[in-house]
Amino acid sequence: MSRTHVSCNINGDDVEFLCDAGESLLDALRDEMRLMGAKEGCGTGDCGACSIIMDGRLQCSCLVFAPEADGATIVTVEGIADGDHLHPLQQCFLEGAALQCGVCTPGFLVAAKALLDRNPEPTETEVRYALAGNLCRCTGYDKIVRSVLAAADRMKEEVAG
Amino acid sequence: MTITEQRPGYRYVGTRPVRHDGLDKVVGKARYAADLVLPGMLYGHVLRSPHAHARIVAIDTSAAEAMPGVRAVITGADFGDLPADDPERNMTRNLMARDKVLYEGHAVAAVAATTRRQARDAAEAIEVTYEALPHTLDILEAMEPGAPLLHEDIFTTGLDSEPSEPSNVANRTCYERGDIEQGFAEADVVVEGEFVTKPIHQGYIEPHACVADTGQDGKTVIWCSSQGHFRVRSQTAAMLGWDTSRIKVIPAEIGGGFGGKTTIYLEPLAVELSARAGRPVKMVMSRDEVFRATGPTPGSVIRVKLGATGDGRITAAKAWLAYESGAFPGVWAMLGCMCVVSPYNVENFLIEGYEVVVNKPVNAAYRAPSAPMAAFATDTLVDEIARRLDMDPIDLRLLNCPNKGDQAPYGPKWPLIGLRECLEAIRDSEHYRSRPAPGHGRGVASGFWFNIGEASSATVNLNENGTATVVTGSPDIGGSRASMALMAAEELGIDVHAIQPVVGDTEVVGFTDVTEGSRATFATGMAVVEACRDLKGQLRGRAARMWDCDVDEVEWADGQATHSGGEHEPLALADITAEAGRTGGPLGATASLNARGAGPAFSVQVTDVSVDEETGRVTVERYTTAQDAGTAIHPDYVEGQMQGGVVQGIGWALNEEYIHDADGVMENPGFLDYRIPVASDLPMIETIIVEVPNPNHPYGVRGVGEVGIVPPIPALANAIHDATGARIRELPMSPPRVLDAIMSGNGDGG
Amino acid sequence: MRYVAPASVAEVVALLAGDPDARVFAGATDLVPQMRAGRPEPSVAIDLKRISRLTDVSLTDGTWRIGAAAPTADLTANAALAADLPGLVYAGGLIGSDQIQNRASLGGNLCNASPAADSVPSLVVNDAQAVVAGSGGERTVPVIDIPTGPGRTSLQPGEFVVEFLIDRPPPSTSDAYLRLIPRTEMDIAIVGAAARVSLDGDGNCSAAAIALAAVAPTVVLVPAAAEALIGHPADDDALAAVAAAAAEAASPIDDKRGTIAYRRQVAGVLAKRAVLEAAGRAGNGGGR
Repeated sequence: MSRTHVSCNINGDDVEFLCDAGESLLDALRDEMRLMGAKEGCGTGDCGACSIIMDGRLQCSCLVFAPEADGATIVTVEGIADGDHLHPLQQCFLEGAALQCGVCTPGFLVAAKALLDRNPEPTETEVRYALAGNLCRCTGYDKIVRSVLAAADRMKEEVAG
Repeated sequence: MTITEQRPGYRYVGTRPVRHDGLDKVVGKARYAADLVLPGMLYGHVLRSPHAHARIVAIDTSAAEAMPGVRAVITGADFGDLPADDPERNMTRNLMARDKVLYEGHAVAAVAATTRRQARDAAEAIEVTYEALPHTLDILEAMEPGAPLLHEDIFTTGLDSEPSEPSNVANRTCYERGDIEQGFAEADVVVEGEFVTKPIHQGYIEPHACVADTGQDGKTVIWCSSQGHFRVRSQTAAMLGWDTSRIKVIPAEIGGGFGGKTTIYLEPLAVELSARAGRPVKMVMSRDEVFRATGPTPGSVIRVKLGATGDGRITAAKAWLAYESGAFPGVWAMLGCMCVVSPYNVENFLIEGYEVVVNKPVNAAYRAPSAPMAAFATDTLVDEIARRLDMDPIDLRLLNCPNKGDQAPYGPKWPLIGLRECLEAIRDSEHYRSRPAPGHGRGVASGFWFNIGEASSATVNLNENGTATVVTGSPDIGGSRASMALMAAEELGIDVHAIQPVVGDTEVVGFTDVTEGSRATFATGMAVVEACRDLKGQLRGRAARMWDCDVDEVEWADGQATHSGGEHEPLALADITAEAGRTGGPLGATASLNARGAGPAFSVQVTDVSVDEETGRVTVERYTTAQDAGTAIHPDYVEGQMQGGVVQGIGWALNEEYIHDADGVMENPGFLDYRIPVASDLPMIETIIVEVPNPNHPYGVRGVGEVGIVPPIPALANAIHDATGARIRELPMSPPRVLDAIMSGNGDGG
Repeated sequence: MRYVAPASVAEVVALLAGDPDARVFAGATDLVPQMRAGRPEPSVAIDLKRISRLTDVSLTDGTWRIGAAAPTADLTANAALAADLPGLVYAGGLIGSDQIQNRASLGGNLCNASPAADSVPSLVVNDAQAVVAGSGGERTVPVIDIPTGPGRTSLQPGEFVVEFLIDRPPPSTSDAYLRLIPRTEMDIAIVGAAARVSLDGDGNCSAAAIALAAVAPTVVLVPAAAEALIGHPADDDALAAVAAAAAEAASPIDDKRGTIAYRRQVAGVLAKRAVLEAAGRAGNGGGR
């Protein structure tokens, strides 16, 4: 069966790849683009470890058929830092010990970025509900939630400063 | 918040540096097993049993072998069988069924093919002829004479007389002391109950994964996610019948384990497929496979009876515990017996435990295995005693609290332990001193886990620029690299980020047991400290050479060599390593040890809940946990272990459960219906680190990984009772069960 | 499997007409898990998201048109829609996570035909009409007539839902949806209840509709609950009658998510609470 050609922009790079029509975007990112940041925790949209932002929308890449990405702009965890300058969320996750095993971390960072992009000053409750689609089994979420709130504060200071 | 008993003035230990592996993990670079890609790599897929119990009559792989892209197909017949008395025999029969499948999801065959899709399609084309057998899923039913037998060769051990008939009861454990009749006769209050729990999955977010590359030289390299790559090596060798020296295991980052990655599922299959195909083979489980085929923690039926005097002293305890092991026996009942009344000093007790096999996946360890179910029973009943006697539940526990020198129910005398300090920490906390909000109920519980030591190795090499590399054999599950670096920094007196902590493969570091029993920071940390102390001796020797003096004149303190006579300017570590080539060559040290004296761990927790009395939904409103860490090497990650354990306990208490249909097929093998807690279910988890240093560790470390999961179930059960008057003795305390308990009014009158 | 992303309704109709194994999708939030669970792949997966009529949300001549493939996140973000139909928008915002709501649609939620679909009771109490396209042209069908059982709909081969039409509610009218799940997010409803209530000048209910999810093979409209309410304020007596009628109308099953007795009890509780919430909003003028 012939494969489908897809052109898109991933983390600022214009890229092309071939995929099977039934393949998930997650598999295409990992197998074709070798972007291993997004993880498969469930493959059914229940854990959020594969979260990406596609055309401004937070999505589970395991639920996206790879050909849907044609023409899209995609941000993965590999693309949220500004060069060597970490995103405040990444910095706050490090300082706040918001990761233990780290396998859910890429999904949390992407989902938290999507949250702060639309709501720069979330409450604790808003953070908890916005991240409810991302499962973490190590931390009990406490330090993740605190780190997202800390990053929001830091971003506000950066804007003000 | 930290409560410290006695804390020497450490410079690095107890600080909170950014972990060394953190950067890779926040930018998506950390490499987990499923992230590895090798040239020419094939994909493996496992065919699993649809039956809970069936005889394998025939397996026809011919159609699969002829399919496009298929490079190898294997079944149980491709592996040698181990003798009946080999301790790894059951493990190998779990990896690949031989004559019978024993649970739905049991591996029957495996395929390697060019693409994942081809491998899956080929596996589905394997024709297996089964003869279905009657199955048993329920512990009590499985214990009955005449129940469907999983194994013909299980004869219960530990009974007074040796049984003549095989059964599903693998063994009986018994701990007994004092005169239990007398103990109950002295009691003014007697409480008892039966407590039932379902199997629970560890729920790590990373499914099991490995890559194996078997060469023509008969050697193989395995990259995998595990809690201990040396055990992966030995178990893989046992399954293949190989000498371990043919196997090298390289640890990938591990995406959570909680005990579930202390055993293997895929590795020997990948090695064998790779050997046959002559290509590397990657195997990654789906979430569905993780639930159906990897270790849950046991379901249980536990009956406990406690007696206490009118002033609250517990006089007698009787406990009967049955744990289901899944398809092959484990040690779960024994562990439950060790923990069931251990937070209490009881002079008269009879504890007996039964290990029962059923047609479900083979159980694996899960964070303080067996202790949470036992605590559910005991700490619920202790709460009943407190209510009957109108005593504060903390005061009751303090009254019965064991101290150093008291004999633990499972035999040893308690060393220095911190249960009393944890109880006092909760009693004195702002949470406990404040009243629950109107309508909220409050519950308290305590928990115990013994922790273990085992074998660890570490190699510490000093680099010419004065930095150090610390290589250990313990995979970093939740920040242990940072802990190792902190202890090395403290010893060597150099900055924690001048130390590079590395998890070494099976050929670069000495043997190290699996990360279990909360042992990594304790035991592997001990090896790191020992190697560093060896190095400090070497550094003194080098300084003596540089100064041309006797080594006895050199002291090592604060990261530098000083001359006792003051005749020389101090030499920093980097001054010595820079000259190492001229003073005797590179500086390095290795330590391998069997760590003894793991400090027992205790945790005491308090929670406030609200209950929607029309729907039975429970909301955890507030939660505080106090835990004795001995010494918190990296407090952030100690808190992380405490919080993670609590939240797993909350999930277990309220919603998680394995659901099997009548045919023994799991009905909820995904995160949609196997409901682990999500962020919006929870409040912040307030932590109080109690530090009663373990005298057997150079920095006083106790394991912190496990005990946090023990108290949440009874704490929540007690809080729900406080809020509603309903006593719930079966898990999960899901909305339907809580509503049923409220509407049927089954309180304890307390 | 092939993937196609047509630009017009006509193209979709043609694709479906030529291939009985073709299937339309919007978010694939049900399709992908079903495929992973072993359900056969469609021959062609027809992506509806590149047809603007299928993703637009607009108000024209007093009628809301909601594209069948519009992600529910777009409904949440539409303040005017949320003011008019807060219960429906809230229901859409309960479907899975933020990630899911950026893909899941009302059309998918309806046509997947799960008895537990969160948005369907709200569509029903608001008397939503589905515009269905097929080789015979377009027809308009009340939403309640579409699901016929778990996983089954009344759509004919080759038909698909294009959009939903909902008349803007009159003044002093509002709706609400509540569901019971064990967690706070990410679960399938054990029971769901939607209510729409109109109040007259005296605060009595002048019109009402109550519908339940997950208590029968399809969404259940409970006329007896509405009758118990009409002519009365949403007081304790009326709410008790609503609860009783809802519990009576529920004919649930025992399954891994809940028991018959539990679902009956909670159907009554949620129906009562949904009425109370809708009436509260209606008393404040509804969306106007």
